[in-house]
Amino acid sequence: MTDYQEYLNFLYTALESQNKKQLVLSENTALVADIGLSSLEVMEFIEKIEDHFDISIPLNILPDVNTIGDLARKVRELNL
Amino acid sequence: MLFDKFQTMADFQAELAQRHVEPFGAVTEEILSATEGVVQGRKVILAGTNNYLGLSYDPRCIKASQDAAARWGTGTTGSRLANGSFAGHRALEGEIAQFYGVDHAIVFSTGYAATMGMCSTLAGPGDVILLDADSHASIYAGVKLSGADIIRFKHSDPEDLAKRLRRLGDRASQALIIAEGIYSMLGDVAPLQEIAAVKREYGGYLFLDEAHSMGALGETGRGAAQAAGVEDDVDFFAGTFSKSLGAIGGFCVSRHPELEAIRFCISAYIFTASSSPSVIASTREALRIITAEPQLRTQLWRNANRLYDGLKSLGLPVGPTASPVVAVEMEDRSRTIDCWKALMEAGVYVNLVIPPASPSTNFLLRNSVSAAHSSAQIDTIIAAYAGLIAAGLITPSKAH
Repeated sequence: MTDYQEYLNFLYTALESQNKKQLVLSENTALVADIGLSSLEVMEFIEKIEDHFDISIPLNILPDVNTIGDLARKVRELNL
Repeated sequence: MLFDKFQTMADFQAELAQRHVEPFGAVTEEILSATEGVVQGRKVILAGTNNYLGLSYDPRCIKASQDAAARWGTGTTGSRLANGSFAGHRALEGEIAQFYGVDHAIVFSTGYAATMGMCSTLAGPGDVILLDADSHASIYAGVKLSGADIIRFKHSDPEDLAKRLRRLGDRASQALIIAEGIYSMLGDVAPLQEIAAVKREYGGYLFLDEAHSMGALGETGRGAAQAAGVEDDVDFFAGTFSKSLGAIGGFCVSRHPELEAIRFCISAYIFTASSSPSVIASTREALRIITAEPQLRTQLWRNANRLYDGLKSLGLPVGPTASPVVAVEMEDRSRTIDCWKALMEAGVYVNLVIPPASPSTNFLLRNSVSAAHSSAQIDTIIAAYAGLIAAGLITPSKAH
């Protein structure tokens, strides 16, 4: 099982092209409020993660996901 | 504050008012025929009403409705589960089931209630739903209420559906797959043969919303699954009485006897009043007409092809194939509003669609065709679009 930090590292890399404000990303960085992802960009980002880990991320878990850390934990759970 | 989240919408409404344009909730002051009305003081051709077969103004449907109101009263004043199941409601359920060649049917008060109610009830916590990304708002509302895991697959993409079913492993065989026949905004038809093949490979249950395809597609008008020859792969058909049948209401039919138990579990069926007897009566008459008069479908497609070919020949960005829904996609909101206003001034009412109602970030001038449109009316609609080009409001480009 890949540990939490490895999931975080993957998400940091995957977000590079969408990090237009050049923020220093951390587990507390909010995907929408800080990075400013639009709803369409969020879905594209989710799809990138899904294909990488060969999983599907249910829409119903997304309301609980605000930060990169939240997402890393959800992806880790789904990828167990 | 509680109302802060509405400020963007309030600003948009203010902008529309400042520009003296009212595309949303435009008031129809008079109906002159199935295809003409007076909207906002102007006599217009109705090219955005989903009245695909023109039956809203059919004298036989009107007569049936009048007779039912006289005999049964204006409303049932109750739920289907209480006092609101009149003989007509049960008769319509039998007739819509027979129309689809199955044994079980539920009639709802609206199409929204039918899809939302079924999608919120069929799957529950612990179950999984796979829905097309461009599904109607009523489907999204339903699945959200269901408590099931909700997974989107790319719009009309059987390969993406297969990939996601594979990822589910053993859960795939119990998944609820949701698709539509004709998609309401762009008029594209789902690749149902391929979707059915995926379902046969992985299992699951297929729920198909034929709201815009019932009456328009298929040898006897049952919709896109009939046209694709895959009806046996569909577990639940849903649809509406408010488009091809010219009234209001919705339905779900199925070969599964469990539908009778499901009926008693659907909040959108239980906790709302049933359709008025007059609505049920006109719907029954319209269902009889579309069965007896397949020439209505022929005429619908003749008109759809005429409008599609006309707009395409102008170089407008319409969809890949002709359909009863012909949408012109635009990128600029302000320009699209100008176009809608100019079409009204040219005597043509169409639907203005903005995100998120449109399936992308684009804006739509959405036209829906009726069998009741005359060729001259279709040509007037095309001429109105040509006027937009002449006025510099829209630039011709290669069709999709």
